Amino acid sequence: MNPSRKRRIRLVAALTAALLAGSALIYTSFSAGSDERTAGQLLDSAVPGRTYTLAGTVAQGSVRREGTVLWFAVLDPHRRHVEARVRYTGLVPDPFREGRGVMVQVRRSAGATTFVGEKDSMVTKCPSKFQVAPPGPAGSSSA
Amino acid sequence: MALVGRALLILGLAVALYGIGASLYGARGGGPAWVDSGRRAVYALAGVLTLAFAILEAAFLRSDFSYSIVASHSSTTTPAFYKATAAWSSQEGSLLLWVWLLSVWSSLVLALTRRRLREIAPVATAVLLGFGSFFLVLTIFFAQPFATLAAPPPEGAGLNPLLRHTSMMFHPPMLYSGYTLFTIPFAFAIGALVTRRLGSEWIAGTRRFALAAWLCLGVGIVLGARWSYTELGWGGYWAWDPVENASLMPWLAGTAYIHSIMIQEKRGMLKVWNASLVLGTGVLAILGTFLVRSGILDSIHAFGANSLGVPFLALIATMVAGSVALVVSRRAALRSEHRIDSIWSREAAFLLQNVLLVGLAFVIFWGTFFPLISEAVTGTKTSVGPPWFDRYTVPLALAVVALSGLGPLIPWRRVTMAGLRRELVFPLGATLVALVALALVHGVTAEPKALLLFCAVAFTLACVGQEFWRGMRARQASAREAPPVALVALVRRNRRRYGGYLVHVGFAVLLLGVAASSSFQHAQDVSLKPGQSARVDGFTIRYVRATSVPSAEKISLGAVLDVSKGGRHVATLRTSRGFYPSQDPSQGIVGRFFGGEAESQVGLRAGLGRDIWTVIAPDLTPLQGIVNEGNRTFERAMAGLTRGGKPPNQAAVDQLFALRDAAVAAVARRFVTQPWPADFRFIVSPLATWIWLGAIVVALGGLIALWPAPLATRRRVGAAYAARVARELARS
Amino acid sequence: MLAVVVVVVVLVSAPLRRAARDGDAAGGAETARDAADAAQRRELEAAKEAKYREIRDAELDHRTGKLSEQDWQALDGALRAEAAQLLRALDRVGGPPDGEPG
Repeated sequence: MNPSRKRRIRLVAALTAALLAGSALIYTSFSAGSDERTAGQLLDSAVPGRTYTLAGTVAQGSVRREGTVLWFAVLDPHRRHVEARVRYTGLVPDPFREGRGVMVQVRRSAGATTFVGEKDSMVTKCPSKFQVAPPGPAGSSSA
Repeated sequence: MALVGRALLILGLAVALYGIGASLYGARGGGPAWVDSGRRAVYALAGVLTLAFAILEAAFLRSDFSYSIVASHSSTTTPAFYKATAAWSSQEGSLLLWVWLLSVWSSLVLALTRRRLREIAPVATAVLLGFGSFFLVLTIFFAQPFATLAAPPPEGAGLNPLLRHTSMMFHPPMLYSGYTLFTIPFAFAIGALVTRRLGSEWIAGTRRFALAAWLCLGVGIVLGARWSYTELGWGGYWAWDPVENASLMPWLAGTAYIHSIMIQEKRGMLKVWNASLVLGTGVLAILGTFLVRSGILDSIHAFGANSLGVPFLALIATMVAGSVALVVSRRAALRSEHRIDSIWSREAAFLLQNVLLVGLAFVIFWGTFFPLISEAVTGTKTSVGPPWFDRYTVPLALAVVALSGLGPLIPWRRVTMAGLRRELVFPLGATLVALVALALVHGVTAEPKALLLFCAVAFTLACVGQEFWRGMRARQASAREAPPVALVALVRRNRRRYGGYLVHVGFAVLLLGVAASSSFQHAQDVSLKPGQSARVDGFTIRYVRATSVPSAEKISLGAVLDVSKGGRHVATLRTSRGFYPSQDPSQGIVGRFFGGEAESQVGLRAGLGRDIWTVIAPDLTPLQGIVNEGNRTFERAMAGLTRGGKPPNQAAVDQLFALRDAAVAAVARRFVTQPWPADFRFIVSPLATWIWLGAIVVALGGLIALWPAPLATRRRVGAAYAARVARELARS
Repeated sequence: MLAVVVVVVVLVSAPLRRAARDGDAAGGAETARDAADAAQRRELEAAKEAKYREIRDAELDHRTGKLSEQDWQALDGALRAEAAQLLRALDRVGGPPDGEPG
């Protein structure tokens, strides 16, 4: 077999391997990924047992701790007064607080309205600046 | 002063635009005077931007809140060190940092190459100034560092506590240095393509800058991982976060480039591939900057969606389109001079390594951008997590490590099977021994992937060790030196080769640390009261006592923990959580001090064998009652002072605030006097320290490979060979 | 601020002013052919340095046992022939340059 034919065969083999590997990659990414959903979408159409990524803002006044379990509600950015309650265990990122953006992997539990957060799956948006509060009554804004 | 700063930026833009024109005009026949002038424009830009940056830093250091970004990112209670770093914690400041670093590095490079690369340098200058102009336009019109507030607040918002760490001083500047340094080979490649001069001069002239860029970016990435591990409260060093990936992709492409360029250097092959690779690396570096700054992907680093996305995309699109057009139109000049002789040659090994590295970069690219891709395809944002990344990157990384050991054993052009067998005896033997030894260690065989990686590491270490050994012996045979002297001399006379080998060693060790610390990690979440203990991986960790440290900056509630094994004391860990005051008056006069940002202080005991890591998350709910009571009490007192509409007596107000501070401290002290159970996370990671040690070895190897041989040696070597070759000439 | 602008302008325009001063005496810029020759010479110099490095690397490969005696002789001969070609080309263009190695 002459060298140039050998080279061409090698090239074709390599390209085929690359194509197969690429396809495997692409296929598994679609099946292994977890869809991002808002609170409303989850409440409407979450399939029990499947993991979704819930994204939204933590509702004010909704955070409650019971031992190692954290309860909070995530607001829907598009629909007012719609929120999904989450029961979460695991690491809570330092920036987590009410009113801040959060993403957490959740699964619908059998009792339809709450969602169970996957352990350690919470990510909070890290703000690089704060809101500067307007100066209040004399003296109360000193550090 | 802010006005001066802004004026300097506009001046900088003018200088940059002039420089582009002058360089291009000079390149097209206007003469070297215009080219020189264009180069001086880069120097001038560096000077102007240094002044501008200094003005900004000065504003931060003196807490000048008339500057909008000083007011929103710093405060009077921020320690001076962090005031300085706060400059680049903001979007605007970081853009200024980027373009300042670009101008400084460009000046350095152009000064070093001013007598060489005469045809390429003007175009490269124009490209670099083009980048500078882009970023300057952003800072002048879109995200202005010198914007002022009409009514400066008396106190700033303060630096986000998550950023109040030493690493903040080094990680962003290092990373940005890496990104900006990668634009330099990009610019010179554009210049080389435009002038059709992709020959030895181009390679020799730009090789070091690509290596320096690679080194800087690598150090920046490792610093970020180290920061994550030691300062952030999750105990890991790599999360496959989009911003982390954004820095890793250009680094991988850069690694591929510095290897494949050697093939072009030696055999004049792979010109199209190299050109595409170096251009791609530059694009990825800008893409990395874009990902960090635009908020287009959800990330822990995301600074929020803003108006920078569109300009960046335009820049990247231009770079990609321009690169493709150039490579296609210059393909005649990019034709290979030779072909790969044999699949069993170092050229082929390098090519395989390149494919693996580019494959790795592609996997990471795909996973990082998948939310956007899936949204375009299916309408839903779907994201893939660390398990998906690990599934594909681990095998590829394993192959790369093994190849980094095998490759150096294979000579250029062709290897003979007998020769290869001779080379592989020791490494394969060592690997077998390692495999058997590891299999005997309890629990290792339960993690086959880790075991495989350990074997690959053993193989690579053996291969490289053999190289050093044989090189040293070869030198001793002729120079009759003592082993250590021979070794040093060997490395000094062959810096590229042995520096590179050292990098391979470091990388293998790094991966060893990664494999061991992930596969054999023991973690536990537990709630403890003082006096209670937890058991993790054979260690007993006892919560000795609670700590409470109130200060002007924050209130730290923490714990002192005693770690022992088999009754023997191993370490004392200290961990705490800092609670920063918020500016929100609705939380109450006392409550405000516990209601702001919180930040974990990790307790870490690193060791060569294993790391013991802990973090505390004290729940503040038990304090709520007394805080509410404190709020009410002080609000009543405050109201009492301002009753009747008269302005309050200042002395009385001061006294009230002093009492308030004492009350806050007393409330915090309850954590010590009446402790309640606090949540702890304990992690024991074997061999984690070797990650950082391996990274140091990589950096050292890179420096050695980068270091130029002293001028005298080069001339001497050149002359000796000239003499010998001349003798051949005379004979032929 | 004005001072900065002045400094910048002076710095950046220095080469142009110098060129205007030297004027057309000595042709000002190199002629196109000189420039091309110099470029060619630099390219060949760089190629020569790279070739020398290859010869040294091959020798090291041989001494550390990666290349057999036979393979090394063949490779060394080929590399030296290529280097000789480069030296001949350099002679044609105009000898060694201003003493600055690669």
